Amino acid sequence: MRLTSRSAWGTATIGAVTALLLSACAGSGDAADAPSASGSSDATPTKVKLQLQWFTQAQFAGYYAALDQGYYEDEGLDVEIVEGGVDIVPQSVLADGSVDFAIAWVPKALASREQGAGITDVAQIFQRSGTLQVSFKDKGISSAADLAGKKVGNWGFGNEFELFAGMSKADLDPATDVTLVQQQFDMNALLSGEIDAAQAMTYNEYAQVLEATNPATGELYTPDDFSVVDWNDEGTAMLQDAVWANTERLADDAEYQDTTVKFLKASLKGWIYARDNPEKARDIVVAAGSQLGASHQLWQVNEVNKLIWPSMDGIGTVDEALWKQTVDIALHTKNDQGATVITSEPDDDAYTNEYVEKALGELEDEGVDVRGGDYTPLDVTLEAGGK
Amino acid sequence: MTRLRPVAAALAAVLLAAVLWEVVKVAAPDAGVHVGGASILPRTDAVAMPHVWDVVQRTLQPETSAAGAPSVLSSMLHACWFTLGVAAVGWALGVVAGFALAVLMQRWRVAEESLEPWLVLSQTVPLVALAPLVVGWGGRIHLGGLEWQKWMSVALIASYLAFFPVAVGALRGLQSPAAAQVDLFRAQAAGWGRTLVRLRIPASVPHLLPALRLGAATAVVGAIVAEVSTGTKGGIGRLIISYAQSASGDPAKPWAAIAAAALLGLVAAGLVGLIGLGLRRFRHTEVS
Repeated sequence: MRLTSRSAWGTATIGAVTALLLSACAGSGDAADAPSASGSSDATPTKVKLQLQWFTQAQFAGYYAALDQGYYEDEGLDVEIVEGGVDIVPQSVLADGSVDFAIAWVPKALASREQGAGITDVAQIFQRSGTLQVSFKDKGISSAADLAGKKVGNWGFGNEFELFAGMSKADLDPATDVTLVQQQFDMNALLSGEIDAAQAMTYNEYAQVLEATNPATGELYTPDDFSVVDWNDEGTAMLQDAVWANTERLADDAEYQDTTVKFLKASLKGWIYARDNPEKARDIVVAAGSQLGASHQLWQVNEVNKLIWPSMDGIGTVDEALWKQTVDIALHTKNDQGATVITSEPDDDAYTNEYVEKALGELEDEGVDVRGGDYTPLDVTLEAGGK
Repeated sequence: MTRLRPVAAALAAVLLAAVLWEVVKVAAPDAGVHVGGASILPRTDAVAMPHVWDVVQRTLQPETSAAGAPSVLSSMLHACWFTLGVAAVGWALGVVAGFALAVLMQRWRVAEESLEPWLVLSQTVPLVALAPLVVGWGGRIHLGGLEWQKWMSVALIASYLAFFPVAVGALRGLQSPAAAQVDLFRAQAAGWGRTLVRLRIPASVPHLLPALRLGAATAVVGAIVAEVSTGTKGGIGRLIISYAQSASGDPAKPWAAIAAAALLGLVAAGLVGLIGLGLRRFRHTEVS
């Protein structure tokens, strides 16, 4: 077959048109993600952007539930939830003014504060730490002290301080008494025996090992196959997911202060919804575009609920003792490079309960249970691969 | 028949990769090969390296057990389509910028000497450092009614990778005419512009085509990496990370997405190769 130069140009034109179509498609595909400006309240809704630490997943179920259930709208807010990425640092995005609120772990945010980020913890959503050190039962690792002489995995990048504090507390020298292994974000190294104890979040990586097939039995692994070291029990837990606000705007912008209370009220209501309707919360997160499997997401909603509830001071209240513990570890625990999270005591703007107390007060006036004293978790069955 | 050769070669390369994968699985021990604590070959057990046929089979099954979940294949096709679109925008931007730079550098020697180090320097800036910055700047851009979208940041980062081979290839092409040919144009009183259009650009085609193909592949890589680091929804880069969360329980799933990303680069380069069909008469010899 011979192409004349005319038909060859035709082919090239088709190629060019295809490229144009593709770009047009990319454009319209994203336009659907743009926040809709339609608010039901009479006044123009206040635009609020919330930056997450990671992609859409049930770790953020409360905010997605608040959006889906119209709680933000009820407060006159038009909230856009901005997903995180591998290289997005929520507290930096917040500090540079691109978003109004951000979700971040307390130690990492404190480190950013020390480097000049003007941010304040206005609601401590997770009251407990979700970080575990998981190992096969036959390794006999049920406390930090048992890590002696073992190959211990950790993610680094500031995720290692609870582990290091735990080992120090058990009189182990992390530099000599254990072999530290830089861990990937999957759990294959644990399953293959390359590391003895792997770092895992209760709501994610721990579920991953329970979704894997045990080659010896052909069935999924069960919690009976593993022992976990829980930093909450070891007394070296650090505070994790919190809502951070812009310190400067909190100080002199009355409208922002007002927005903060409204935003917290609606968000807390979303978390309460996720507590009372875990399956529906799962569906909301899946509909919001999470590609994780349904059983994995329900597991995650449930585990995250366990990190929040019960909150006996009311959800979002910063517990002074836990805050102090977090700051102490951040100040005094050295990692394998000899670095601490922060070098001096954070100032008084680091956290405030002022706004969350107002939000809780309004919620209690509505007769909402903000403590979850009788919260009982679900019993979630994971499926192979989290499907 | 010769026209189909690149397609056949690409298919053969994919097949070869699949065969090599299986050979490594058979030949290397399950635990991998370690010399003095350093890993030489990775683990080859079913979790670390699932069989090729398991990966293929997995693509036909639904993504999750949720009712109405699409198959992995259809999700991947959607995602690849999105990434290809963003990469095409990035590639087009990169080609325009790269070609403009090449013309500038050809016109003024001073421009060539002063710009060249910067070109090289631009490629040594790690993408992971660049991505959050681009997103940050983008977040504050409002051009009239146009609001900056995240995919635009991704396209911009893709163009940042794509422009480099185009600039280098085009410059070499524009400088390729022999002195005698340039002299002939000058003797006929042709100005710089006419020499550019009639001589230098036609002469640059054999250098430009491989550069365009390379640019297409790097645009795809750039788009994928930028998607991951900026957290942009909808593309194959994002899908790899999402699927990777089931790497331990469902290893075939992330590998399917990784294979799709690699194939996407081939497809992009192939599509750009089509341009060459229209430029046959300028392709005396192609330099690659």
